[in-house]
Amino acid sequence: MGLSKLNQLYRAVILDAAANPHHKGDIAKPTNQQTLHNPTCGDTVNLELRVIDGRVAEIGFTGEGCTISQASASMMADAVAGKTTSEALAMAKVFSDEAIGKKHQPAELAKLGDAQALTSIMQFPARIKCATLSWWALAQALEQNEQERGATHDRQSK
Amino acid sequence: MSKWDNIRSDFPILEQRVNGERLAYLDNAATTQRPTPVLNDLMHFYQHDNANVHRGVHTLAVRATTQYEEARKVVQHFINAADAREIIFTRGATEGLNLVAATYGRQHVHAGDEIVVSIAEHHSNLVPWQQLAIATGASLKYIGLTAAGSLDLNSAEKQITDRTKIVAVTHASNVLGTKTPLKKLAVLAHQHGAIIVADGAQAVPHFAVDVQQLGVDFYAFSGHKMMSGMGIGVLYGRYDLLQAMPPYQFGGEMISTVSQQATTFAEPPHKFEAGTPNVAGAISLASAMNYLQQLGMVNVERHEQELVETALPRLLAEDYVTVYGPHDPVKHTGVISFNITGLHPHDVATALDMEGVAIRAGHHCAEPLMDQLGVTATARASFYVYNSQQDVDQLIDAIRETKEFFHIGTI
Repeated sequence: MGLSKLNQLYRAVILDAAANPHHKGDIAKPTNQQTLHNPTCGDTVNLELRVIDGRVAEIGFTGEGCTISQASASMMADAVAGKTTSEALAMAKVFSDEAIGKKHQPAELAKLGDAQALTSIMQFPARIKCATLSWWALAQALEQNEQERGATHDRQSK
Repeated sequence: MSKWDNIRSDFPILEQRVNGERLAYLDNAATTQRPTPVLNDLMHFYQHDNANVHRGVHTLAVRATTQYEEARKVVQHFINAADAREIIFTRGATEGLNLVAATYGRQHVHAGDEIVVSIAEHHSNLVPWQQLAIATGASLKYIGLTAAGSLDLNSAEKQITDRTKIVAVTHASNVLGTKTPLKKLAVLAHQHGAIIVADGAQAVPHFAVDVQQLGVDFYAFSGHKMMSGMGIGVLYGRYDLLQAMPPYQFGGEMISTVSQQATTFAEPPHKFEAGTPNVAGAISLASAMNYLQQLGMVNVERHEQELVETALPRLLAEDYVTVYGPHDPVKHTGVISFNITGLHPHDVATALDMEGVAIRAGHHCAEPLMDQLGVTATARASFYVYNSQQDVDQLIDAIRETKEFFHIGTI
């Protein structure tokens, strides 16, 4: 088989995203932040978002890791920039589901944009976490925002 | 044709193809494969002799107990301990090191004391001491490395003082492929009234180890890294130290008498073997040691040396490959850590896997060492008795093809 199977994982779009990542770097005045670490390989994704009126107004990531983790972070940031937080969370769920083998309709997958290329990671079980890391960081960063708003709401209603 | 050419056929697992390719298993520092004689002994135990040990009078119980205690003697002779009672069966090196930290460590380390480790430790010989230091108020100090990656004896002389109670060092690095001058460190530790604990997980499988000649007080290693079943390991401890230590865990088999309010404990080694032990594991470890002894540990060491002598210069000749640790093959065990410029080791490991080459990639449970090396992770190839020049060729070819695939420097 050799390296030919690798083409399924490392498509040009993925190699390009890793070499020239979009949204790489800190952003000004982030409202949400999450750092996740993959202890098995040392991938780190530090994700920052500025959420305005329920929308991802700006997103940036820092960190380092393998081709897959860096490409995934870049593609994820491209895919969710400008989306509402609930849209972004739904996308994170689709990606996480795909990574554990749960299939979605093509229309759902299409929402992921370029990031759907990385759902091919399922064929490489040892590398799934590399691809999901940034999506988990996104979900946790946004959920933390939901919780904080919930807490604020609770305080106001008292 | 020497026996080394045929040895691969003793390992049925190596006959398979992985991703359509011949399997070059080069992840031996993580775990090794088992030869047919060891697998047969394991199977034989479960098919003919299985029973619990030390507590039955029936025939199978006697057979199981005899084999378990015979295994202890095999281990004793393999590492040249003075007495079989100095051999404690554990789950592995990790448990052995935790045992010493939790018993001897708790008894002897107090606020203001020092524990000295090296910067190259595996987490299993680092975190137990770090946590002991936190719990007792002792300080944890680090012995540094030389530029070539060997343990720096000058640094050791500075770090080990009269306040040092425990020196804990690896006998052979699982990342750098270096050997520790353990005998000299033992002398140094003892001069300051400290004891020395060695992590032999990467040593005992690969070269002859004589705990008396080394002068170590405790020495831990794992069976699965030397072809036994998993979940068995050994802690060697000097008998006088073991006798004075409190038990590690409480329960069956480690007691002498138990009343409603009090218990007297068994003598070592049983004092440290609470509960039903891994009998089959111990038997498989003895079997693996017999297999290694038939090869001869001097020959095992030489065989790995020969593989490193060809692999290391060939890796160094690839200008996009960085090798960590000594570049002199003579100073190397069969462990070689490296990186390919511009490519994360996990991408390398996935690519090599497609070529049938199994290596490890990551921080190798040695994060402080990774920090020191200025990397987050490395790729690591590690050899054992069944590896051959063909495996070396396959490794080098796969690395070249990986470089081509990712177009180093162009993406």
